[in-house]
Amino acid sequence: METVLLNGRDDAFIRAVEESSGQVVSRCYQCGNCTAGCPMSFAYDYSVSQVMRLIQAGQKDAVLSSKAIWLCAACNTCSQRCPNEINVAGVMDACRQMARREKKFAVRAMRAFVDAFLDSVKFNGRSHEVGIMALYMLYTGRVWTDVELAPKVLPKGKMPLLPHRIKGRSEVAAIIDRYKQGLSDPELARARLAKDAGEESGKGKEAVS
Amino acid sequence: MSGAAFGYFPGCSGLGTSLEYERSTRAVCRELGLTLWDIPDWNCCGSTPAHTVDPVLSAALSARVFAQGARAGIRDVLTPCPSCLSNLRNALEHMEDELFAARVEALTERPLEAGHSVKSVLQVIVEDVGLDKVKERVRRPLTGLKTVPYYGCLMTRPEKIMRFDDPENPQSMDLLLQALGAQVLPFPLKVDCCGGSLGIPVRDSVPRLAGRILELAGELGADMVVVACPLCQMNLDLRQGQIRTRGLDYTIPVPYFTQLMAYAFGLGDEEAAFKLLAEDVAPAFSCMRRRAEEIKAEEARVAALAAQKAAARAGRGAQSRANGAAGGEA
Repeated sequence: METVLLNGRDDAFIRAVEESSGQVVSRCYQCGNCTAGCPMSFAYDYSVSQVMRLIQAGQKDAVLSSKAIWLCAACNTCSQRCPNEINVAGVMDACRQMARREKKFAVRAMRAFVDAFLDSVKFNGRSHEVGIMALYMLYTGRVWTDVELAPKVLPKGKMPLLPHRIKGRSEVAAIIDRYKQGLSDPELARARLAKDAGEESGKGKEAVS
Repeated sequence: MSGAAFGYFPGCSGLGTSLEYERSTRAVCRELGLTLWDIPDWNCCGSTPAHTVDPVLSAALSARVFAQGARAGIRDVLTPCPSCLSNLRNALEHMEDELFAARVEALTERPLEAGHSVKSVLQVIVEDVGLDKVKERVRRPLTGLKTVPYYGCLMTRPEKIMRFDDPENPQSMDLLLQALGAQVLPFPLKVDCCGGSLGIPVRDSVPRLAGRILELAGELGADMVVVACPLCQMNLDLRQGQIRTRGLDYTIPVPYFTQLMAYAFGLGDEEAAFKLLAEDVAPAFSCMRRRAEEIKAEEARVAALAAQKAAARAGRGAQSRANGAAGGEA
């Protein structure tokens, strides 16, 4: 493994991870319990506890370029076993979300799978396995992924070739589109809450007068 | 409890890869007097992909599900799928925060009132219906069937949000299988990860992780690995052939707990839907019947032996009483 020089601490990055995950990363005292229980450690470049330490040291680039944040299976074993009650899987999720926003994709297949899944949901309102696999093969060029499984499921009717489309699929597509347009931004929501509160108190004053 | 009604959220896999879970769940709930109202025009909860992108996006997809339920007068939702359960539950928990809820509403443009709940089918059967009622319904006990229960990651973790059973050593499915008459072997990997949705993008993950689970089940002599999660089931059953090419020595069927309930309740093949599994259950059931006969023969032998001993004791008692009476006369 390469050496990471722990200088140039990016405090804004630490704050961003903490705000996004709702966790206090300085509570990690490096016991390694998360790493000991992590089923995906075998595939990681940095172990979970090393990712936690890199976040504490404000090493934005090393964290967001790591494979580990993409390979986390979200099994929550680390969160369950952390003696300081840090939701470690939530921290990994927050880092992955941040990497996505910064267009850093250390494991391209993971990004392709997630995109294929959400595109399927956007088109149909529900996820459709055959469609997801087709999109995944398209996005990655891995055209033979799992085709040997098809004879086991297709004759049993367990993988319908056509999607179950819902009536409200445009409503679901709109949720995903609004997300991509950045409408769930916390600052926008804060401003709206403040405005609503202002109107409420305005109404209150009118009622009094 | 009988006559309870819930809003039902089957989840996308219920229409495809977990058809057998869906059919057996509906049949078993009917038998137990649980009414399921399908949430009209429900959508996908976003599964793992949505929350790895953004918890707000994930919660917005779940919020539409609850809003669709609310429109039909549904507040309490039941789902068989732990991944759906985890997303729906997380959405409700996170939306208690005003800012988070406002961000979700910016995506859904449908305000959601408070007062919704979501539970798994397993939780409702074990906690609300109760195992006594399950036992009463058993017509075909699973005597002689050796099972290991596999719960997966999401049903009980994280503890603070899922609030069901023990996060490291859950017992609900163990007790349920015992109520059906099956033997439950202690299984140390019952909450270990099977690889989840990484099976497609990280090809090495599932053979390695699901492989460990199947191998230990085989070494312990289990006839079946019993599951409650569509994704776990797919990794352990559908991918078992792939795992065998990488050195697994066992063939072991992986039914859902509801399929075994349907069988034990004496319901038909259509409801138990074992035919939809990739790995055949027939050899496991013949082992079960053979063991059941052995158990019956052994019980009969023990009973006969006990009767013989009792008869001998009674005989000796009569003899000594007779001797005593003879002595008195002399």
